[in-house]
Formats: sequence, structure tokens, C-alpha cells
Amino acid sequence: MIETLRRLSLLDVTLPVVLALLAFGILLAVVRLLRGPTLPDRVVAIDLIATQAVAMLASSAIAFNEPALLQPALVLTLIAFVGTVAFARYVAKRASS
Amino acid sequence: MTELITVVLLFVGTLFTLLAAIGILRMPDVFMRMQVATKAATLGVACVALAAATHFGDLATIARSLLIVLFLYLTAPVAAHTIGRAAYVAGAKLWEGTIIDELRGRHRKGPQPPSSLATNDTTAAEDRQSRTDRGEQRQVDLS
Repeated sequence: MIETLRRLSLLDVTLPVVLALLAFGILLAVVRLLRGPTLPDRVVAIDLIATQAVAMLASSAIAFNEPALLQPALVLTLIAFVGTVAFARYVAKRASS
Repeated sequence: MTELITVVLLFVGTLFTLLAAIGILRMPDVFMRMQVATKAATLGVACVALAAATHFGDLATIARSLLIVLFLYLTAPVAAHTIGRAAYVAGAKLWEGTIIDELRGRHRKGPQPPSSLATNDTTAAEDRQSRTDRGEQRQVDLS
């Protein structure tokens, strides 16, 4: 028991904590996504969820020792931006019509 | 040493991302939620991406991490601005404690001014000027 603990590196202890905290953060954003109350609130929540997913992918890349996971993170950043701008245009257009 | 830097960056990044999540849940109106989600989460993700860069340490990964940070810093303010403007144009409700609304009256369907804003027809700039002239400090109840 003591031996296995000694063989654990600092990173092995940190990563589960970090991933759990990030998952909890996504949960909080999902609560806002469900509660609304208006469409812009939900769009902001979706944007935050995408940003947190990028953080999760980057820390998963460290956790699973898989640098390839950074590529979906990069793509997700750009898709989140396009999605948010599209939603914003929709909200503004709906208001002006 | 590299491990220590990685762990610290990971923790700082996670903390900021978590703060953004708490902020989006607790903040009272769309505009505050938007700004907390953008600033804190952007800094958090940048820290996590840099942690990945220091952990792997090879050129390809560092380049990709820096690219994530660059794109995030380019796109997050633009996205926040567009959604904030759209929310304002659509007449999103302002928090009752709002002090200044410089866009008031510029948009046909702008939000109703909350009771904290002066109800007469002075513009926000004049209103602020007269407040500073009188040396008035507005107390905001945060409870």
C-alpha cells in the first residue's frame, strides 16, 4: 500500500482531481443551460460548455499521455466560436423582425 | 521540475474554469454571465493548454497548444461581444443594480431601464457626470 503510494507521481494524484473539478464545472454550466431563462443565457452556457470541453480534452491529453487529443480541442475552439456567432446573429435578427 | 510546472498550471487553469462555471450560475443578468464566462474560462483553458505543452515538451504539441491559446484569445472576445450585443438588441433584462446603460435609447427594442437608473430623460453620460460632480458614491446591495 505504502509502496504503491510512493510510486504515484504528483501528476497521478492531481489529474483525477482536475478532471473531476472540470466535470463539475460542466455540470454547473448545464444547470444554467437548462434554467435559461432567455435564449442568450443558453447560448452563453453552450459557449462556456464548449470552452470547458476544450480544457477537459487538454487535461485528458495529459492524463492518457495522448498528445493527439489536442487536435479535437483545437477544432472545438473554432466550432464553438462559429456556433456562438451564428446564434448571436439569429437572436439579433429575431429581435429586429 | 517540469511536472511541478504542469501541476501548478493545471490547478490554476481548473480553478479559473470552475470559477467561470460558478459565475455563470450565480450572476444576475446575461451581460455579467457573458463576461464571467468569457474572461475566466479563457484564462483557465489557456493555462490548461500550456500545461499540456510543458508536459509533452515536443515541438508539435507545443505548437498545437499555442495555437489553441491563440485561437481562443482571438475568438472569445468577438463571440462575447456579438452575443452581448444581440442580447441587448433583443431587450434582455438588466440587473436592478445596474448603474450605467450607455446604449439606452439607441435601440428600438432595448431593455427596460431598471429602477436603479435615473427615470428622467438625461442620457447615461450626463447622469454619470452629475453624479461625479456631486461626489456621489452609489451603494450597491450585493445580497
